[in-house]
Amino acid sequence: MQKQTENIIEVKDLVKRFGAFLANDNLTFEVKRGEIFGFLGANGAGKTTAIKILSGLSYPTSGLVNVAGFDVYKQRNKVKENIGYMSQKFSLYEDLTVKENIRFYGGIYGLSNKYIKQKTEDLLNRLKMTQIQNSLISSLPLGWKQKIAFSVAIFHNPKVVFLDEPTGGVDPITRRDFWEMIYEAADAGITVFVTTHYMDEAEYCDRVSIMDQGKIKALGTPTELKKLFKADNMDEVFLKIAR
Amino acid sequence: MNRFIGFVKKEFHHIFRDYRTMLILFGMPIAQILIFGYVVANEIKDVNIGILDKSKDNVTQEITNKITSSGFFILSDNINSDNEIEEAFKKGVVRQVIVFEPNFAQKLKREGVVNVQIIADASDANTANMVSNYTKAIINNYVQTNLNSRGLPYKIIPEVRMLYNEELKGVYMFVPGTMALILMLVSAMMTSISIAREKEMGTMEILLVSPLKPLPIVVGKVIPYMALSFINAILIIALSYFVFGMPINGSLIFLLLETLLFIFMALSLGILISTVSNSQMEAMFISMFALLLPTMLLSGFIFPIENMPVVLQWLCNLMPAKYFIIIIKNIMIKGSSVLIVWKETLVIAGMTVFFLAMSVKKFKVRLE
Repeated sequence: MQKQTENIIEVKDLVKRFGAFLANDNLTFEVKRGEIFGFLGANGAGKTTAIKILSGLSYPTSGLVNVAGFDVYKQRNKVKENIGYMSQKFSLYEDLTVKENIRFYGGIYGLSNKYIKQKTEDLLNRLKMTQIQNSLISSLPLGWKQKIAFSVAIFHNPKVVFLDEPTGGVDPITRRDFWEMIYEAADAGITVFVTTHYMDEAEYCDRVSIMDQGKIKALGTPTELKKLFKADNMDEVFLKIAR
Repeated sequence: MNRFIGFVKKEFHHIFRDYRTMLILFGMPIAQILIFGYVVANEIKDVNIGILDKSKDNVTQEITNKITSSGFFILSDNINSDNEIEEAFKKGVVRQVIVFEPNFAQKLKREGVVNVQIIADASDANTANMVSNYTKAIINNYVQTNLNSRGLPYKIIPEVRMLYNEELKGVYMFVPGTMALILMLVSAMMTSISIAREKEMGTMEILLVSPLKPLPIVVGKVIPYMALSFINAILIIALSYFVFGMPINGSLIFLLLETLLFIFMALSLGILISTVSNSQMEAMFISMFALLLPTMLLSGFIFPIENMPVVLQWLCNLMPAKYFIIIIKNIMIKGSSVLIVWKETLVIAGMTVFFLAMSVKKFKVRLE
């Protein structure tokens, strides 16, 4: 896959402190445009804290964080307009229909009604969900909700989309389908920043970083890391680091 | 603006699609006002009374017969001395005691005027008021038909004494009280639950990641509830005016403005609650125990504040509903203007500012 060299996310010496607890300890990394960047780590390693800072939900204690060319501290709104976010809860409004959810999220990003209407139609066709466009979200299976949640997160064509454990609780086949969607988004030029604790998914990423106890312990392509740690797969890499 | 309208629309969808929310919003106010209203406005029947007749002459006998045969009262206890009155009330066997003074008929003939004492148990203020009014009416009727119509210009003056609750606080209390309760419930509880729901479902995160600023998010969530609360308030006022004959002696516009202020206060309180609770359950319990129960018990809605222990009276001063009830009673019953209730209005406005400031502070802490 051809890579561009422009950095879309730049993090330098990021520290996040909660009282005496150091959640993020001097993180430094870059993510390039169009890349699928895997952000791995055990539960409690500090992944969610970092993703919250990158997406403007939380402020860093110190350090430099640049997303889509804007400083998260000083230009928070610029950052927000250029990113999408999907949480592990696939947050959609259960009591709204598929179409209403898409409309609503399009609306809060300030897209015009005409554009939303056109794009919703395209999207529903692509997802083969035209039949269920007026069903309530609560009536849909988890895999479908996940797809809709992702489509909604990139509906406004963000430069970066943050996915916080987007495949939790979903069966392997649906997970596979979901990664297809991630590739499609990356091909369309959207940078994907994804956290996961499924190590097989790490193999799908262009580059991964592995966090442990608030620090980044390893960073590189899956092939590089496997070579470096003399491991057959990412699972082993991870176990060697976490030990 | 377009974003904002979409947001408000979404909020209405939430409300109209959840039948439980709809029931709380519209079923409950109507049910409550009707229940409270009819409990108050109900006719009395077979009320137990006692009679202390210190005279035992033909006039007192005739009045006694008239009262006991009216169908409203049952003579359950014959009381023989003043000491037994208190006892009868305490045992709960009577709700009212009628006392005829000695030489009743003689005094009536000699002086033309005689007093009859009506003592009512006013711990239940509404019943006491009604019972004594019925008794007065019967005695007046006796004076007219049996004495005045025969050309005797005699007067029997009933002296009413309310035992346990002299000033009869509680009458007309149900409308202001119910209004305070329902507005509190709809505004504060529903708002806090609906914001907590967004947190629980994770949609709040999505909203905060979006370019929408926190203020429009909160305002957008609050506006539908503000509108519905206001409709509710109008509904309650209309019901109490048309169905129960509660007067509106003051300015209706002033009344509505004060109501809006109270709604605004309750909404800010709801926002504050939602900033400290992370789930709908939590929001509901905080609202229930911190708002509803105190509003019912400590606002003077059900129990007169004057009869409470001093410590509880201090607590009552913290209840926004207390001030609202005073304002509403003043406007509706006494027809007061802003000159009378400006202090209470200021207290509610001050509370609103306080709750809003606290919410903003909490909100900021959460973002850090």
